[in-house]
Amino acid sequence: MDMNLYEPIHIPQAPTAAEAENILDVRGLNVSFRTAAGTVHAVRDVSFSVRRGETLALVGETSSGKSVTSLGLLGLTPPAPYCTITGSARLMARDGNSYELVGSPERVMRRVRGGVASVIFQEPMTSLNPVHTVGAQICESLRIHLGMSARAATDRAAELLNQVGISDPKRRLTNYPHELSGGMRQRVMIAMAIACEPSLLIADEPTTALDVTIQAQILELLEKLQSQTKMAMIYITHNLGTVAEIADRVMVMYAGRIVEQADVVPLFTQPQHPYSRGLIHSVPRLHSNRARKTPLFAIPGNVPDPAAHPPGCTFGPRCGHFEPGRCDAAVPDLENAKPSHLVRCVRWQEIEGAV
Amino acid sequence: MQQQQSAPPLLQVEGLRKWYPLGGGWFGKPAQSVKAVDGVSFEIRRGEVLSLVGESGSGKSTIGRAILNLDPPTAGEVHFDGEPLVGLTRRQMRPLRRAMQMVFQDPYSSLNPKHTVEELLSAPLEIHMPELTVQERRNRIDAVLKTVGLNPAHRSRYPHEFSGGQRQRIGIARALMTEPQLLVADEPVSSLDVSVQAQVINLLLELKQRLGLTMLFISHDLAVVGHISDRIAVMYLGRLVEIGDADSLLNNPRHPYTRALMAAVPNIDPRQRRPRELLKGDIPSPLSPPSGCAFRTRCPHAQSACASGVPELRLVERNHATACIRDDI
Repeated sequence: MDMNLYEPIHIPQAPTAAEAENILDVRGLNVSFRTAAGTVHAVRDVSFSVRRGETLALVGETSSGKSVTSLGLLGLTPPAPYCTITGSARLMARDGNSYELVGSPERVMRRVRGGVASVIFQEPMTSLNPVHTVGAQICESLRIHLGMSARAATDRAAELLNQVGISDPKRRLTNYPHELSGGMRQRVMIAMAIACEPSLLIADEPTTALDVTIQAQILELLEKLQSQTKMAMIYITHNLGTVAEIADRVMVMYAGRIVEQADVVPLFTQPQHPYSRGLIHSVPRLHSNRARKTPLFAIPGNVPDPAAHPPGCTFGPRCGHFEPGRCDAAVPDLENAKPSHLVRCVRWQEIEGAV
Repeated sequence: MQQQQSAPPLLQVEGLRKWYPLGGGWFGKPAQSVKAVDGVSFEIRRGEVLSLVGESGSGKSTIGRAILNLDPPTAGEVHFDGEPLVGLTRRQMRPLRRAMQMVFQDPYSSLNPKHTVEELLSAPLEIHMPELTVQERRNRIDAVLKTVGLNPAHRSRYPHEFSGGQRQRIGIARALMTEPQLLVADEPVSSLDVSVQAQVINLLLELKQRLGLTMLFISHDLAVVGHISDRIAVMYLGRLVEIGDADSLLNNPRHPYTRALMAAVPNIDPRQRRPRELLKGDIPSPLSPPSGCAFRTRCPHAQSACASGVPELRLVERNHATACIRDDI
């Protein structure tokens, strides 16, 4: 199982020109919450884009701002003045229309959510309504967004269940969520999310609550659906293991900011930010005997309190390369380390190759 | 090593069954039972970490609870340090509880939010070591907090003031307060971020070495288990399908289910993407398990012979047994 990290074996293919158009363009997104303890800046100056048929993984620990980024884009955060969103985010629909997601009225956002962009959440039991059948829940968005009749919606819902790999779909439509296993519920969530053929799918920790065997099934399903529909996907997770399996590009977030962004292979083979390296090394692997006996690599400490960030680089207090006077002087800029490889670290050139 | 072999195991489990009756029968006689655990035997030697691995619904957590008599077993024997546990009343269990403690999966719901860390940690001392003075109790709390890597000055804080990883450290500290010999850890890291998960696994390993703890580690993730175990037992639908030394089992898995669990661990190198070997479907309902080998409905190597008779565990190597009838796969 040992592998040489520096020997190229198989490189995921770059998207073709036809696929290379941007479905989502986010520029300077900021999300802040007003709380009793003061204003909390959950997302700061985040810019990225996702192309048709591409999977962008958004990686970070709890409170890194990865989920708030996606909730903010879809207008699922609390209303103003409790939550303030600034910046811009343009989303392309399949029909060629484009929508500005920041600051749009609820009327527009309602058309976007479920129709142009959908989201799957971590916990399929709490995101499905326990008092409605699976069929009723899938049909709802078909009838609202596509104006289907009840009968047509039911037929389409059965087709969708079939598409996400649920056998005997007609009977399953009459089931309630509690009658399904965790993996099946997540398949139903995915069927609901793709019902209106969105151009963007946001998957927020879709496999975290599932067994590893079911996780592999769900990753396979998401990949299959994406290659069929060419939708853009934002895959949010704290586990870099699954990122290596599914992503085309990776964006690592820490304390609300992007700290590194690159294509998946360079990110794993030449990570530039010490935080990305820590995340990669802390994934437990099925190892050879000798490596199993050594302790796992762990990033020391905890994520900072969002209301009281340390000065300068927010990762400084947990970083093995921290240099007083430089790292805590100012927030480092997001620099181009290589073409299309961004890193936010003042010392990235000095510490390249170090762990 | 030889001493280990000759010393009696700390925990011996023999033919453990836990059946949950379902209603609907006449005069209290259940029509049907869910066989959550159906005839499981293993032992854990002193200072050893045995991991129980399997999907949700395999019965691994039920075993952990049955061993500690939190959910008394339906049948079978459990011996702790030579003493039989099955059939003991709560009162009789109490002195033994001091020596066997549990760490739960969810550090959010297993810590009382209205108690400070000090209150949480002194509860086991009040029950099991009432002879300690207030000062002795406090010294002990400080020492254990340091052991698990928390600042003793935080003893007056409440659980919500800590992150998930820190809360799990509090859960571990609580289990350590009475100086137990056996620790049952039920998915202690699965609700944590990967970066923090590594901290908690390393802490458990360090505790094992420093305090000579014996551990039953319950998890669904073979990659995590590989880092912490001396021996591994794989469960499927209430039975053990493979058990053996960690090295032997991970290097040479014999049961198709163990192989499937290993194949499901994500590969961290994006250049080595390959078609996934997927296990079809979900674990069957324990209400109506398949006849013969319970795994045969999802097994890529199933034959007609697999449907007749439940395969027993048989030795394939020294300290490595599997419950698969096929030797040719």
